[in-house]
Amino acid sequence: MLPTIKKTVNKLWSRAALAVLATMLPVLGLAAGMNMPEGVTEISRATHQLHMTIVWICVAIGVVVYGVLIFSLIKYRKSKGAVPATFHHSTKAEIIWTAIPFLILIGMAIPATKVLTQVYDASESELDILITGYQWRWQYRYLTEEGEEVAFFSNLSTPDEQIYNQVEKGENYLLEVDEPLVIPTNTKVRFLLTSADVIHSWWIPEFALKKDAIPGFINESWVKVEQPGVYRGQCTELCGQLHGFMPVVVNAVEPAEFEAWFAEKQAAAAAIAEMANQDWTLEQLVAEGQTVYTTFCVACHQANGQGLPPAFPALTGSPITTGPIEEHINIVLNGRPGTAMAAYGGLLNPVQLAAVITFERNALGNSVGDMVTPVEILQIQQAAE
Amino acid sequence: MATGHDDHHHGPAKGITRWLYTTNHKDIGSMYLWFSFAMFLLGGTFALVIRAELFQPGLQFVDPNFFNQMTTMHGLVMVFGAVMPAFVGLANWMIPLMIGAPDMALPRMNNWSFWILPFAFALLASTLFMEAGAPNFGWTFYAPLSTTYAPSTVTFFIFAIHIMGASSIMGAINIIATIQNLRAPGMTYMKMPLFVWTWLITAYLLIAVMPVLAGVVTMMLFDIHFGTSFFNAAGGGDPVLFQHVFWFFGHPEVYIMILPAFGVISEIVPTFSRKKLFGYDSMVYATSSIAFLSFIVWAHHMFTTGMPLAGELFFMYATMLIAVPTGVKVFNWVTTMFKGSITFETPMLFAIAFVVLFTCGGFTGLMLSIAPADFQYHDTYFVVAHFHYVLVPGAVFSIMAAVYYWLPKWTGNMYDENLGRLHFWLSFIGINILFFPQHFLGLAGMPRRIPDYALQFADFNMISSIGAFIFGFSQLLFLFIVIKTVKGGKKATAEVWEGSHGLEWTVPSPAPYHTFSTPPVVK
Amino acid sequence: MANKADQHQTSLGRTVAKLGLAAAGMFAFGFLLVPLYDVFCEITGLNGKTGGRYEYTESDVIVDESRQVIVQFTASNNAGMSWEFRPMQSQITVHPGELVEVKYYARNPTGERMIAQAIPSVVPFKSADYLHKTECFCFTQQVLEAGEEVEMPLLFFVDRDLPKDVSKMTLSYTLFDVTQNFAGKGNTLSAN
Repeated sequence: MLPTIKKTVNKLWSRAALAVLATMLPVLGLAAGMNMPEGVTEISRATHQLHMTIVWICVAIGVVVYGVLIFSLIKYRKSKGAVPATFHHSTKAEIIWTAIPFLILIGMAIPATKVLTQVYDASESELDILITGYQWRWQYRYLTEEGEEVAFFSNLSTPDEQIYNQVEKGENYLLEVDEPLVIPTNTKVRFLLTSADVIHSWWIPEFALKKDAIPGFINESWVKVEQPGVYRGQCTELCGQLHGFMPVVVNAVEPAEFEAWFAEKQAAAAAIAEMANQDWTLEQLVAEGQTVYTTFCVACHQANGQGLPPAFPALTGSPITTGPIEEHINIVLNGRPGTAMAAYGGLLNPVQLAAVITFERNALGNSVGDMVTPVEILQIQQAAE
Repeated sequence: MATGHDDHHHGPAKGITRWLYTTNHKDIGSMYLWFSFAMFLLGGTFALVIRAELFQPGLQFVDPNFFNQMTTMHGLVMVFGAVMPAFVGLANWMIPLMIGAPDMALPRMNNWSFWILPFAFALLASTLFMEAGAPNFGWTFYAPLSTTYAPSTVTFFIFAIHIMGASSIMGAINIIATIQNLRAPGMTYMKMPLFVWTWLITAYLLIAVMPVLAGVVTMMLFDIHFGTSFFNAAGGGDPVLFQHVFWFFGHPEVYIMILPAFGVISEIVPTFSRKKLFGYDSMVYATSSIAFLSFIVWAHHMFTTGMPLAGELFFMYATMLIAVPTGVKVFNWVTTMFKGSITFETPMLFAIAFVVLFTCGGFTGLMLSIAPADFQYHDTYFVVAHFHYVLVPGAVFSIMAAVYYWLPKWTGNMYDENLGRLHFWLSFIGINILFFPQHFLGLAGMPRRIPDYALQFADFNMISSIGAFIFGFSQLLFLFIVIKTVKGGKKATAEVWEGSHGLEWTVPSPAPYHTFSTPPVVK
Repeated sequence: MANKADQHQTSLGRTVAKLGLAAAGMFAFGFLLVPLYDVFCEITGLNGKTGGRYEYTESDVIVDESRQVIVQFTASNNAGMSWEFRPMQSQITVHPGELVEVKYYARNPTGERMIAQAIPSVVPFKSADYLHKTECFCFTQQVLEAGEEVEMPLLFFVDRDLPKDVSKMTLSYTLFDVTQNFAGKGNTLSAN
């Protein structure tokens, strides 16, 4: 009695398992369109097609191999009285199943080579953009004949409250930035990639473009986007603590709209100089500094200023943020060699620098009461001469 | 000389000293296997921390830095602590029994190669309790994240790797020396069981690449502490050089973890099909070609680093070629079952699952070899799914199959077949729920090694995490089954299996402490 | 019997010695990969590595008037590098074989003496081998006193054998702070 029950249970188990598997695979495949996107460039479509071709070739091979396997498992069971054959060798069969895969591979290699050659041709570009990876943000610099007039950082803009599950997550959770890269459509845009610290990798699935950003070296790639739209991706090379929090967002717009945007950015760069010359109060600077701090400093020094010792020291009550302001300014502008503290003098504008320094001295539990104005920062930056 | 010594010592010593001082291949094999199982549970715990954090979007349990420590430690512990020592354990137990040797050729070195391992992993695991935290730069430890930007504990990591490397190299020398010198009269190379063949080739791979790994971590050590610039662009070095040297080790390493698995499957499938292995010669040649090709494909891990076009093409073509010998192996296994007389004991269930799921991993491997498509797959969950399909239902299933297959020979008792099958089905279902959805996550754009993800990835991550917990907890059942079998059970015969073949089945079960003191003669 | 056992021991010893040597050899090979890689990079232009100072002959600098190439310049600072660093011209158009001089500007805004190293990189990679620098600030470290500024020259020409499909190349420099590497021996360096 007991053995029969066990047998039945066993049979049920195997059948249940097979049923689960059999239904799971195709359901998963079809679900939610979870496949490589066709994308919006010639390259991305070619890549998608290559991908689908190989998938179907693999499915076809799978049907044959698994077919023979399942057939054997059903037909040649000892319980069905199967008697083993004695053959164990067949030169003919072995030659066939060495040769056929080889031919299939050649069939795959030809289109793959074509696409790859196309990907590698970044010549004759109409716009060049230098992308620099930082821990943990991207910097975009537009290279024109006149020089780099437009340059900015692109930071994750998802608020901490969403990440720590205090409020509902937005539609583009973790795939949104404060300032996306803007490029014109139907224009060959060439990207130069490098990094200021560790290796990062810049990826937009819809462009089929993934390239490593390596410190000290530049890589190039290119894109020609056909449809306007916002395209989202992420850093794909482990780059430290906030690797999962440095999205790539590209806004592709019509060329005319791009021209207008670019002119506006150029004007904005000029306006910064004027802003620096305004009169700033301590309150204004602290308010402005909050934004800068949240964007550039919280990753290490934390929102409450407590840092993550020993790697990232606390700012609350620190001898730097509560001591002489000259030393504080010096560290923010010039960084601290041998540590993760970068030199922000060249990365932020005078308004941002003055604001964040003033903020750090008068918030985060500190209340020194002094401040530094953008004009003073400008003077310090120039006085060194 | 060896025989004279043995006459006075029939059984093992008593107490802890038996294990500390033992030079017996069976004792050392058992210790390797238990150690590897402990590491499997430890690495599995790290994996469950990862899957728990990824159960839902948002940060719930761990901070991103600790998450990185978990992915790093999971990889290191599973590769160097679980899979490799398990195969060395199987080699220790089975190679002398399969070639009719009284023991390993270098028994004292054998003791050493095992006993330095626990220290290596104690060193590595101790970093978890240090202020700077465990290594957090991934098991591939790319510079400069692992040099200039590493936590101070990287030095412990480097020494741990050195010790593991020394252990592996000593183990490999021992295995080659045993196979070359201690085969029973009449056991020619082309008569050796495939498990011995695949291990021989694996051992050569180990000797070729473990020193290169030691070299690359030594270069890191010098960069970090002695001001050299191997991988630092500022001093004329190159971070990409790190990746070249690492993968020169890393790709053969992948085959180090799968070739012995091929050997195990080639033993088990014929036994339960009651039919000789199809194409023994081509199996040997295919294994050798895979080993050779493993040395000229390493840069397929680096397609996105920006190699020149010619380099990309070369590594793409070479990588695609691997599909040919791998295909031959799969076809041979299937043909062995074809027209056999098949029964479905637990080892065979694991072996069949190996053939099916390893082939899945092979397909995705072929997809990854296509460089332009790899730009989309690289460093996403598609890659995670690919190598886990090769390593878990591949390497790990083959180890489990081997344990069920040879456990009666080791303990003299049969394991509980029903529990074994239950363990198999739980593992098989768990593993597919765990890893199959990850293919789609990767294709849809989820990068690997991230502690939090965009909302469109939520459903599949949840499914994957559920699978992880099913698979993870099923392994406690495995532990229970093995302990139960060690303690008692139905007595096993010498042959154990109806279709068994080979020298190991000619000695009684359990295998006596000393076997083949007089070499058997192979016809 | 004893003889056979001895023989067995020697052959075993020989196997072990050979394998041990092989392992040691592979350890050395790991380090050999470093110069091998450099040679490989020079040949293929991998990673846009350029050669060192190029000693040219008269025949190298015969100008090919029929062809024009755009050379674009960029400058980046590695993290933690506080110098102001930029090319003084964003791009120039040259004929292959034409020897030209361009300048980069650097200023040390800190209150400390600092030493920097500029690392060049060229794309497209296949053109890296055809950009010959006869004089470059990247050949030595740069030492700047507190607040000091400098215009740094770069003399180069583009090889006439530059592949025909290359019409634009980018020369990028990344500036690294190497002050700490030279702590205590900075005096042996000269700024240029």
